[in-house]
Amino acid sequence: MTPVLGVVMLVHTAFDRAEQVIRHWVSGGCPVVVHVDANVPARVYAIFAARLSDLEMVKFSRRHRCEWGTWGIVAATQSAAELLLSSWPGLRNVYLASGACLPLRPIEELQDYLNDRPGTDFIESVTTADVHWTVGGLSEERFTLRFPFSWRRHRRLFDTYVRLQRRTGLVRKIPDGIDPHMGSQWWCLTRRTLTAILTDPDRPRLERYFRKVWIPDESYFQTLARRYSHRIESRSLTLTKFDFQGKPHIFYDDHIPLLRRSDCFVARKIWPRAEELYQAFLGPTSYGAQISEPNPGKIDRLFSKAVERRTKGRPGLYMQSRFPNEGWENGLTSSPYSVFQGFTELFEDFEPWLARTTGARVHGHLFAPTRVEFEDGQPVFAGGLSDSTALRDYHPRMFLTNLIWNTRGEHQCFQFGPRDSQKVIWDIAKDSHARVSVISGGWAVPLFRSDLDFAELRAEAARLQKIEAEHLNVLRSYYAKARIRIWSMAEFLEEPMENLQQVIAEIAAKGSVRIAEAPRLRDLSGFGQFLQQLRNQGMQPHLIGEFPVNPPSDTTAPPRRKPYLVR
Amino acid sequence: MNVLKRYRLRLRRKRWRLRAMRKRHELSAVSDRTSLIRPGQILVFSTFRNEDVRLPHFLRYYRDLGVDHFLMVDNGSDDGGREYLAGQPDVSLWTTEASYKRARFGVDWLNGLQSRYGHGHWCLVVDPDELLVYPFCDTRPLQALTDWLDASSIKAFGAMLLDMYPKGPIDEAVYRRDDDPLTVASWFDAGNYMISRNWRFGNLWIQGGPRARVFFPDKPARAPALNKIPLVKWKRHYAYDSSTHNLLPRGLNLVYDEWGGEKASGVLLHTKFLNSFTTKAEEELKRRQHYAGSHEYRAYAATLKDNPDLWCRWSEKYINWRQLEVLGLMSKGNWA
Repeated sequence: MTPVLGVVMLVHTAFDRAEQVIRHWVSGGCPVVVHVDANVPARVYAIFAARLSDLEMVKFSRRHRCEWGTWGIVAATQSAAELLLSSWPGLRNVYLASGACLPLRPIEELQDYLNDRPGTDFIESVTTADVHWTVGGLSEERFTLRFPFSWRRHRRLFDTYVRLQRRTGLVRKIPDGIDPHMGSQWWCLTRRTLTAILTDPDRPRLERYFRKVWIPDESYFQTLARRYSHRIESRSLTLTKFDFQGKPHIFYDDHIPLLRRSDCFVARKIWPRAEELYQAFLGPTSYGAQISEPNPGKIDRLFSKAVERRTKGRPGLYMQSRFPNEGWENGLTSSPYSVFQGFTELFEDFEPWLARTTGARVHGHLFAPTRVEFEDGQPVFAGGLSDSTALRDYHPRMFLTNLIWNTRGEHQCFQFGPRDSQKVIWDIAKDSHARVSVISGGWAVPLFRSDLDFAELRAEAARLQKIEAEHLNVLRSYYAKARIRIWSMAEFLEEPMENLQQVIAEIAAKGSVRIAEAPRLRDLSGFGQFLQQLRNQGMQPHLIGEFPVNPPSDTTAPPRRKPYLVR
Repeated sequence: MNVLKRYRLRLRRKRWRLRAMRKRHELSAVSDRTSLIRPGQILVFSTFRNEDVRLPHFLRYYRDLGVDHFLMVDNGSDDGGREYLAGQPDVSLWTTEASYKRARFGVDWLNGLQSRYGHGHWCLVVDPDELLVYPFCDTRPLQALTDWLDASSIKAFGAMLLDMYPKGPIDEAVYRRDDDPLTVASWFDAGNYMISRNWRFGNLWIQGGPRARVFFPDKPARAPALNKIPLVKWKRHYAYDSSTHNLLPRGLNLVYDEWGGEKASGVLLHTKFLNSFTTKAEEELKRRQHYAGSHEYRAYAATLKDNPDLWCRWSEKYINWRQLEVLGLMSKGNWA
């Protein structure tokens, strides 16, 4: 049988693997023309060539110096393709592969696949306007700027010269008859198209132009195929995925199942030491003779997830290899949580009530001055967070982010107030995951109920009010992103159930929660007189709101009322 | 970072290198097999004192990952560990009786050996009680990682120290030579680490874990640093500054992403807390050869009197690297 599919293989390293793959192609009936990078020492080349000398179907083409991003790779491909086409006149298709490419399916299946689609060129070829994968912003400019400096070795010169050209507006003219296209370097062309490209009478002129295009191996054949091909399938038969820096992802032994399911014909790039992987695909294969379409979807997902992890990361996570600058956190914490200020002061059983009603995790004052009041007074909480205030105050922001990260999947609620350590208030205010509900002036209730000496009490009230006022300024600032509700105590008490309902609905782990029972309001009889007394002593408790000196009986009565339902 | 500060760091690096050269004379070779080192091989550098029980597992663990050669400095061991290592075919061993403290806790000795033998190699600097875990370490050898790092032009790989501890009093966690220490000390704290930035050197400063929780709850600033950069494609002019916590030139310390993404990172499982720890802590306290007046060891001794249990109901039991990845202690980055 005369061979119908030939392979051009570009090799520059891992020669033992290249040999293994070449033998595989040949045993599948494909002649191979090998191009070895001219940078490879002559001795290494000689050994490699000698090892393959037993194969008649393998030839070596003239060697060019291949540097990434430069013309050498195209020149190498041209020479090898010319040699291949002239040596095996019966070939119908030519496959361009590298030494790190691995055929995943039997060669016959690839041949059958191509036979079923005669005259089709498989080459990814996309106009510059539609390209989304170029890294570093060079897409159309690849064709209009000049690139005399090596990107690898003289990065700074390269960048400076590009910037200079942008600024001066000196651009090259794209030659007539050229409509720039780009795409994967790895293609499978028909003899017709490839011959047309190689024997084009215009070739010297086009070559002169493409020699100075940036990364011509991703544009020379891709552009010219558009000129000559009758039928282009704009995709590569070689599965190759790129990471966010534009480097190909590498496949390892643990990718075997994934590669099997992909049904792709050829994959790159393979880690040269992935022994099991080479065994699995080059050894005797048990692949059924089905002709299925390549389906790289699964692999796509895996690698796009990897890119996302590298570029966006997990929101709310701070760790040794993710430590975002201010404003780049992509979410200060990982999930929503609620902060309550003034509620436990006003309601006797607020915490257990909140836990019963919402099913959320309810802590006491996490930022209390004496100890961290975790749920049920635990000395240690999720992730090993300690109740030591020194540890907490050493890095309050990380205490908060750790707590929320450690309890992913739960909703955390905690109490806050002017008696607590205030270092964390900006972080909470700026966090869009925070749900902050404040009954301002709530701190006055414990004072009212305490039996402190009134002079001390007055001083304490002034101190707490000042702290709370500053906190409220933060919450009302331009930078605050949290969902914030602020009532003065008097306001809140006008419609306590409706207000509670609003707050609860936000936590709503179970959809819309209806309040089945009310928390018990503390006895506030005499509170109005207490406030008046403060005023009489020269203090202005302005955060509490307009609280009547002799309040109507119903605000002091709630404890004795029957719990009722609110919709 | 202004020119002056940069220049100061340069001088500092030069100072460490000079110091390393001077301290090299303190080392005498017990078995020098460095002629076996081939280009491209992965090297482990380590300094130890009386760690004989840990050494067999240590060597096996890293051999299995694909480490090619071990360059070890013995600081006056008298438990047979030196003799054991001298007989290993892939170990080059030096010994010294000189002061650990005055060699800046062994850093000078290793900097010297690294600049001499490590140039151009991926060098892993770990203590005998540190086991490196990196993404895919159960299916891919260490060289897969270093090849990928090379291909991605990454020169340094971070792996924070994760303190492992047993369930129950430390004294009762009996470790026998050659065992896997993780079967005894298999628990860790998953999420109580505190990170801040060291602007001068550009590295992160991580504290927390059971040591902060149990030994330093009142003096968190004194809790030991857990950030480490143990795996570096070494160049002659590099120098570790303080243990493997940070290096110079400072660009190597940027093993984290600042713009929200995650770089690939690993974890050093630190199996310090075994039954051997109590005696070790006492001994080290007597020798006074540790960092900052050995305050760390003083804190240990104070708490260890009561034979504490580091375990709590929120402790996590170690399973594999994927677990650490999910918990956010390490990351695959864009390696897939």
